[in-house]
Amino acid sequence: MSFSLAVGECITVKGPSGAGKTLLLRAIADLDPNQGLVSVEGSDRSTVPAPEWRRLVGYVPAEPGWWAETVGEHFDDWIAAAAILTDLGFSEKAKSWPIARLSTGERLRLAVVRALIIRPKVLLLDEPTAALDAASVAAVESLLADRIRAGLAVLWVTHDAGQTRRIARRQLAVEAGNVREEIDQ
Amino acid sequence: MTSYITLSYVDLALASVLVLINAGLSLIFGLKIHRSLLIAAIRMAVQLTLIGLVLTALFSLVSPLWTGLAVFAMILFAGQEVMQRQDRRLSGWWCFGLGTGCMMMSSVLVTVFALLTAIRPSPWYDPRYSIPLLGMILGNCMTGIALGLNTLTTSLMLRRAAVEARLMLGATRWDAAGPVTRDALRSALMPTINSMSATGLVSLPGMMTGQILSGVPPVEAVKYQILVMFLIAGGTGFGAVAAVLGGVYRLTDARHRLRLDRLAAPQAT
Repeated sequence: MSFSLAVGECITVKGPSGAGKTLLLRAIADLDPNQGLVSVEGSDRSTVPAPEWRRLVGYVPAEPGWWAETVGEHFDDWIAAAAILTDLGFSEKAKSWPIARLSTGERLRLAVVRALIIRPKVLLLDEPTAALDAASVAAVESLLADRIRAGLAVLWVTHDAGQTRRIARRQLAVEAGNVREEIDQ
Repeated sequence: MTSYITLSYVDLALASVLVLINAGLSLIFGLKIHRSLLIAAIRMAVQLTLIGLVLTALFSLVSPLWTGLAVFAMILFAGQEVMQRQDRRLSGWWCFGLGTGCMMMSSVLVTVFALLTAIRPSPWYDPRYSIPLLGMILGNCMTGIALGLNTLTTSLMLRRAAVEARLMLGATRWDAAGPVTRDALRSALMPTINSMSATGLVSLPGMMTGQILSGVPPVEAVKYQILVMFLIAGGTGFGAVAAVLGGVYRLTDARHRLRLDRLAAPQAT
């Protein structure tokens, strides 16, 4: 199975737990060894150094990792991050917040911003709104919709059919490691 | 003039009564360690007696071949020990090869450096100097490398998400594993640092005590001890850095991916 993702397009991915959705995203991000062929704007993945590839293809996992104690330490450019974080409901004091005290929803929103800051051309999202309340979901969707309109291509894993209708025109279904395209929304 | 009081087997038997008393205490308090205590004590006595015979033979031969073989055997045993101290081992030959190779490189390098520059025996490989010196450096190097590798593998398992988060933001494997690497190196070197800090105040090192008991003037014994501590610190540092960086290299790949699949399955307990 092959598929392409156009500039400024969002495709959602659905499938039962354990079907291979996360593996698909990790393979595209080149985090696991795989045989797939992936290219961005004509550049084959194998010809692009891995660190550079991952700046082109951002990935936000369902359980993002944190390597420092406070929020601010995870952003090289805090001023740029703060501008986006404010739109997502974070206070300006968030820079000094300890990561350990954040809720799952707060961590997911921070991880989305952390990935956006490096300005990828493609963003891979693994259920980024699964732990959010309705208002936060709307804020994240609005933020990403703006980026998609500006040209960001997004592959978005979600189980929420309503979210798929709101953000995407195409949908992939993953079952037992196989990927197929669903009918247009 | 150097002189020392020789010990008879009766003296040793008298000292062994202390271990027997401890075994008796274990029985009284139901600690259930009397058996392992006695086995360990007997094992220690047998091992040291055997090594005493081996060293006597080696010292009389002064042969580069036999000295080299003894060194090689010591390093292989130490490599086995490093392997057994890992909660999660590297798979395949890396498990034994990395620790053993790094210990061989660092301990032999540092021992030869000391033999050629500070001690200068004749011949330079004289087993009376080279074997005990290597033994002390190797023992500490083994502890450092075992701790460093164990911290590295367990931390990479526990902090996988954090390491991959940095990879996802475009970090190289060395940058992404940096915090884990630093923790592993700190844990490898901490026993040596603690040992150097406490020496002379809290404890008198065994080698120095042995020299003093065998009649060497304390000031001379102290000089030897300081030399050995420097060599241990250097050897442990070189070995731990090589082993931990080698571990990071093995547990990542050329595409800057974390490869925890290169760890062997956990040992059955």
